[in-house]
Amino acid sequence: MKLLECPMNGVRPLSEFLFGGEYREMPDPDGSDDYEWAGYVHYRDNAPGVKKEWWYHGPSGTWFIAERNTLTDEVLKTYLFGKDPSGKDQTGSKPNKNQTTGTEQSI
Amino acid sequence: MSMRLPKQAGEWISRDKTVRFTFEGQEYSGYEGDTITSALWAAGVKVLGRSFKYHRARGVLSFANHDVNVMVTDGNDTNIRGDVVALGNGMQLDAVNTDGGVLKDKNKYIDSLSPLLPVGFYYKAFHKPARLFPFWEKIIRKAAGLGVVNFNYPRITKRKLNKHCDLLVIGAGPSGLSAALAAASEGLEVVLVDENQSLGGSLTYDYAGSESSRKILEELQAKVAETANIHVYTGAYAAGYYADHMVPVVTAKGITRVRAKAVIVATGVFEQPPVFHNNDLPGVMLGSAAQRLINRYAVKPFNKGVVVTANAHGYRVALDLLNAGAKVAALVDMRAEGQRDDLVGELVRKGVKIYPASCVYEAVATSDKLGVQGAVIFPFDEATGQANPGKSVNIDCDGIAMSAGWAPAAALLYQAGTGMGYSNDIQQFVPNCLPAGVFAAGRVNGVYCLQQRANDGMRAAAEVLRYLGKRPPEVTVDKHQGPSPSHPYPFVEHPKGKNFVDFDEDIQIKDFVNAAKEGFDNIELMKRFTTVGMGPSQGKHSNMNAIRILAKIRNLPVEKIGTTTARPFFHPTPFGHLGGRSFHSHRLTSIHAWHESAGAFFVDVGAWSRPAYYQQAGKSKQQLVQEEAQAVRQTAGIIDSGTLGKIEVCGPDAALFLERFYTGKFADQKVGTTRYALLLDEAGVVVDDGIASRLADELFYLTISTSNAAAVYREMQRWLQIWQLNVGLVNVTGAYGLINVAGPAARDIVGKLVSIDLSDAAFPMGAACETEVLGVPVRLVRVGFVAHLAYEIHMPSAHGLNFWLALMEAGAGYGIRPFGTDAQRLLRLELGHHLAGYDTDGLTNPYEIGAESALAMDKPFFIGQRSLKIIGKKKVAKLLVPFVLPQEYSGEMPQDCNLVIDGAAIKGRVTSVAYSPAAKRIIGLAYVDPARNQPGMVFDIRTDNGSIVKATVVETPFFNAD
Repeated sequence: MKLLECPMNGVRPLSEFLFGGEYREMPDPDGSDDYEWAGYVHYRDNAPGVKKEWWYHGPSGTWFIAERNTLTDEVLKTYLFGKDPSGKDQTGSKPNKNQTTGTEQSI
Repeated sequence: MSMRLPKQAGEWISRDKTVRFTFEGQEYSGYEGDTITSALWAAGVKVLGRSFKYHRARGVLSFANHDVNVMVTDGNDTNIRGDVVALGNGMQLDAVNTDGGVLKDKNKYIDSLSPLLPVGFYYKAFHKPARLFPFWEKIIRKAAGLGVVNFNYPRITKRKLNKHCDLLVIGAGPSGLSAALAAASEGLEVVLVDENQSLGGSLTYDYAGSESSRKILEELQAKVAETANIHVYTGAYAAGYYADHMVPVVTAKGITRVRAKAVIVATGVFEQPPVFHNNDLPGVMLGSAAQRLINRYAVKPFNKGVVVTANAHGYRVALDLLNAGAKVAALVDMRAEGQRDDLVGELVRKGVKIYPASCVYEAVATSDKLGVQGAVIFPFDEATGQANPGKSVNIDCDGIAMSAGWAPAAALLYQAGTGMGYSNDIQQFVPNCLPAGVFAAGRVNGVYCLQQRANDGMRAAAEVLRYLGKRPPEVTVDKHQGPSPSHPYPFVEHPKGKNFVDFDEDIQIKDFVNAAKEGFDNIELMKRFTTVGMGPSQGKHSNMNAIRILAKIRNLPVEKIGTTTARPFFHPTPFGHLGGRSFHSHRLTSIHAWHESAGAFFVDVGAWSRPAYYQQAGKSKQQLVQEEAQAVRQTAGIIDSGTLGKIEVCGPDAALFLERFYTGKFADQKVGTTRYALLLDEAGVVVDDGIASRLADELFYLTISTSNAAAVYREMQRWLQIWQLNVGLVNVTGAYGLINVAGPAARDIVGKLVSIDLSDAAFPMGAACETEVLGVPVRLVRVGFVAHLAYEIHMPSAHGLNFWLALMEAGAGYGIRPFGTDAQRLLRLELGHHLAGYDTDGLTNPYEIGAESALAMDKPFFIGQRSLKIIGKKKVAKLLVPFVLPQEYSGEMPQDCNLVIDGAAIKGRVTSVAYSPAAKRIIGLAYVDPARNQPGMVFDIRTDNGSIVKATVVETPFFNAD
């Protein structure tokens, strides 16, 4: 069985994890046309290569991002959303108004 | 005649412990430490089985479970591998696949029909007509089977253990032992696995005659025994390679899952039979098999034998035979050059006649076809692979030992993803691109010289240490020198065939030629058409030869043919080893025991076990469900809903979080009220719905349907991480129990226990509050899902049973009745409520279920909102409507999922349908053509028996509440 490293709990067997799909950057819902939005919701290119994926560690309830090569099934690194240690990760760093911190937003 | 030799050093048997057993009804005895095969061969029994297809007599071939000539049945167990299974006292053994015993098998006539049974015969001959196939199948299965399966086999499950280590070494031959010792001396925790009972690998049979190598082996064994950080598993096979270095190690007692940081595969090689006419007669065996018989079990393989070889190993086999007191009538070397070292002189001195550049053209069978009486030797042209019939020599013998080459035991390397390449120096596939953390050593790695094999083990250990971040000294291994240990083409054509490549499946050279002629000339296709390597030994003695034959047929180099990957498991593994404990976990509410005692019939809902209804003697399920529902309508019912998902959303951003997560508005929700919460996915599809109670400015309490609770909570966690809102989520599903009291008497019953005012004015529909009941803090919610008047009491789950009993007592005078999920479904249907996931599917959008009012499209954002803006522009394709059938309807009852049709066109389907005692007719929900959604309109439902029912659209609720 494969092993996966949860950023909060360390290396655990794969049976403790749940796959949450490929991570995709949400376009600004108000600034995108229907075609672009439908692409975000429905389109996956499924090309083999390094993908950012959502994984969930069930026993602790931790969502995190895994960068995995879907061709070799090699996990390059795992980190909490928005906390890529290399700083190159764009998750959460290019927010639109619905992905940013919300306290300042009026509702 | 006993073939047992006098006591000798290094033997694996205990001569002071006699083991008695029977084979085919005859009594025999062996010693403790014997395998079934060694004990029989020692007793002079040579016909140990019958072949799969032609029912030819078979004896020892590999004596290592690399063939299945010796498969026996013992009581409950069948297909026991005689070569490797220890002899047990009182075993009553019979060969499998015979009709009337192994000596007089009535099916042996099939052998004489073999020219009429070419490869693919059964596929083609009995394929058509299909109706006759069952008839033929019965006959074929009876004739061509293995052991008979005992369908009353007891359920025996074996334990599963886990073991973690730094290094797993598979194979305890000279390289494996050296590797384990070298790694352990650097402090690594090492697991060493070997399928034999004793460590040493080939040192326990090949070279075993030599005093010096026996000493080396004893030293290695002693060192391993005194090294505390080497954990030895003998009688255990590494069954497969799984991701991140997990290898199941199988013993008779069960499976140990070994998780290592690195793996050294030192699995050695399988000896491959040279192929000539009658090479399968009992008495014809591999050289290594003869050595195992002699050196491990002190059994003489035959009295006067011929050795046919193409490597130095055959010369060592001949010496071992001589040492065991057998005569070696001839040594036949297939190589043009023969052997060129002192082995030759040694044999010649001992009077062995050597025939270089020759082959065994055929083994001559005894008149009863149960053994060998001679060998015919022809000159052999190595370059063309042709036997020259001119100068033949006939030699009397009762056995032939064969040593023409090897194939790597590389199954685990292949499974790990190793790239293998063909080495012309040794005529063998060797690893040339290993995955990270996987290493190979010894003969499987193409290293044959005994000293270098030990070196290669140390080299692999050094690489492991480097891989684990240490800095060991470099170890070098000499490149292979001298002639190849394997012959590139050890095949001798014969007009009568019967030159076997795969002994499991009775496949001869001509079968490959025929398969190629029919177009199956790719290794994968050829494997499937001829079934080579598909028998119980999975190609261990046949795949390499098949590849060589195909390469010759196609006139290609061997590496262009490629190999097939032997999948797990390495040896067939009993189901009892693999089977689990049938453990299915359920979550139970704190009231579960009461439900059980009240006769509840339980169903699985999500992770929970819930009462579907309460059984009573003499009443049908249908009747009971109707009664339970009627109690709710007439007086009161009580249901345990502790299984509902319950989540607290708290913090300054709690309302904002819900506004983004659900479709409705929550920011302006007043404390003490509830709101409907509809959840969509990003595509705008309905996922779930529930109730949000605002208990404080910064505290919402969500209820979620039982089966969706885990998934919805997970999505909440994910979106919270993305949005980074100042919100805490607490999953209190298991912490809170929930009892729902519903019906006209609900207020009176609940009122007996609570002190707050429950009047419509003070506590209207949709009200929620925190209060105290029976001295315990609870959450009280007025709901309307199953009845117009109903109260949910949420209490700490440990108090569930107390509350249930108290409410039952309070309601006793009103005829309160417990109801289950079946009645609940009917009750909510009567009120016209849809159930997410039941009346909706993976494509349903909120417009199709008439949920527009739940969509706050004017909010800045909610999940699915942007997609709804696209969907909203399109015409709705179907609409969920309530319908009824005429009161007097008595035809076929429509079922969930029956189609709604218009002529030939499918317009929708029924999602819920039931007889409603309150409405006194059949009611339901169905998707219909949007043009037919107005009350009074009629549409057609096609029932299971094909009849068409006219249904009328109505308004909900379906009944008049008084």
